[in-house]
Amino acid sequence: MPTTYPDSLIARILRSVKTIAMVGASPNQVRPSYFAMKYLLDKGFKIIPVNPGQAGKEILGQKVYATLSDVPGPVDMVDISRASDAALGVTDEAIANKDRLGLKVVWMQLGVVNEDAEKRAGAAGLTVIMNRCPKIEYGRLSGEIGWYGVNRRTIDNRKPHAFNKGGSLTRG
Amino acid sequence: MAEFGFDTLAVHAGAQPDPATGARITPIYQTTAYVFEDADQAASLFNLQVFGNIYTRLMNPTTAVLEERIAALEGGTAGLAAASGHAAQHLIFHTIMEPGAEFVSARQLYGGSVNQFNQSFKKYNWHVKWADATDPESFKREITDNTRALFCESLANPGGVITDLEPLARIAEDAGVPLIVDNTLATPYLIRPFEWGAHLVVHSATKFLGGHGNSLGGLITEAGTFDWAKSGKFKTMTEENPSYHGLKFFETFGDFAFCVAARALALRDLGPTMAPMNAFLILTGIETLPLRMRRHCDNALAVARWLEAHERVAWVNYAGLEKHPLYPQHQKYCPKGAGAVFTFGLKGGFEAGVKLVNNVRIFSHLANIGDTRSLIIHPASTTHRQLSDEARVKAGAGPEVVRLSIGIEDVNDIIADLDQAMRA
Ligand SMILES: Cc1ncc(COP(=O)(O)O)c(C=O)c1O
Repeated sequence: MPTTYPDSLIARILRSVKTIAMVGASPNQVRPSYFAMKYLLDKGFKIIPVNPGQAGKEILGQKVYATLSDVPGPVDMVDISRASDAALGVTDEAIANKDRLGLKVVWMQLGVVNEDAEKRAGAAGLTVIMNRCPKIEYGRLSGEIGWYGVNRRTIDNRKPHAFNKGGSLTRG
Repeated sequence: MAEFGFDTLAVHAGAQPDPATGARITPIYQTTAYVFEDADQAASLFNLQVFGNIYTRLMNPTTAVLEERIAALEGGTAGLAAASGHAAQHLIFHTIMEPGAEFVSARQLYGGSVNQFNQSFKKYNWHVKWADATDPESFKREITDNTRALFCESLANPGGVITDLEPLARIAEDAGVPLIVDNTLATPYLIRPFEWGAHLVVHSATKFLGGHGNSLGGLITEAGTFDWAKSGKFKTMTEENPSYHGLKFFETFGDFAFCVAARALALRDLGPTMAPMNAFLILTGIETLPLRMRRHCDNALAVARWLEAHERVAWVNYAGLEKHPLYPQHQKYCPKGAGAVFTFGLKGGFEAGVKLVNNVRIFSHLANIGDTRSLIIHPASTTHRQLSDEARVKAGAGPEVVRLSIGIEDVNDIIADLDQAMRA
């Protein structure tokens, strides 16, 4: 089940990050990674898909790279949509490219848990989130996911902004 | 992440000033459908790839506030509303069961649920096995490879039972099936089943949540703790869904996947949607839930104590009374009160029961519970009439039994009304 992180940490990440490399991005329209990519693109993030099987092709109009080492910078966050045991290798590659890309965050998708990866990335000075979906977190913190009856665990006495786009994270 | 108190959540959770107008109270979004931004967004919405409103059979902004509020009050990850408590039960089992599958239920249930499980569910080839709410081991004995869930009421209607949820949740966990708790009579003010290990909670919001006897409604909420993939038995949750191009609900939505699946499949296809107007009324009711429940429980205890000493009363089945066998369970699970619904037996039997309901002047004689008004019914001649004599006694509804749902009126008036009606 999802590990818990303070809302303030998640909100700070989603507010500050502009470019996300999605490792394991899929062209299959029903994969969770496709959902997340489509949603985050729609929210204005720049997404760079990484998937060796799709290298050179496009997913949702974005050019796919084979590996993180091939991705041109800057990249603020690596989002890992791979099996948990593959997350360590991806994390090592992220650490190796950290300075070139200007990387700040390693995020492992819902269902992806790798404590060794978490330790190494943490030791390299990266912020680590595991077992969470950035799409769900964005929807939760922007208020939009409340339309699905999801418990956002917040109380708000102010009007949400940018309602037509389904809430926004621009305000604290 | 701030932790708010229950009474604060009862007023605020899920609600926010209206994005369009700034209205402080959640507006009644009386609309059937919602415009799309463009064709691409429409496609994304239908594929569940983005969050948003499509059509009120599936979701509505007023109802969504209520869904989030019940999730917050129960400590769940998400909520889902339905047209009635029974509709909510239907949606839950439709999401969990397959033809030929079984579930084990406490037999001490609201009579309507007994009918739903025994009769209507049988038409889907879903089979209920009955167990004893006061004996968790009796559930274990009925579990087979085909079992998909355990079901009970936290406080049972009308048997005066407080279910021992903790061992029951452990039995469910060991069997790899969810424990579903009907928390209607307790409300999350008295008992939060997730804190004892339950996986799904269902409510008839018609009762104490709405609280004013004006709206039918049902609510579902999930703890987010059940692993739907482990056993391979919950195909709706784990297998590729053909009506969503092969989407897998549990994999995609994680700890709130049950409510998404129940909405996107069962509610979409079976259609028992809560009306936005009802969601509004139930939301307004919930704002005072803690105040009302305190008063309901105080009044109920006073009435039970008075009845216990009454010469025409044979017994009082209220776990809030010290000598009740389930008093320790009351202290463990709901120390704030044993609820407002209980039964008592009249020495004069069936005839005395009929006389009492005919002579009360404040109590309303009707088939409901959980109203601000005090309510009375004689189950043997009404709600439990369809059951056999034996099943009636087993359900705690023998001929001499009278059920009360104590309201929030002046307790002296409630007592005086019962007294004059018993002596009439
Ligand atoms: C404990 C309990 N569960 C479920 C229900 C069914 O709810 P509804 O009447 O809202 O369908 C009732 C109604 O009396 C009830 O008391």
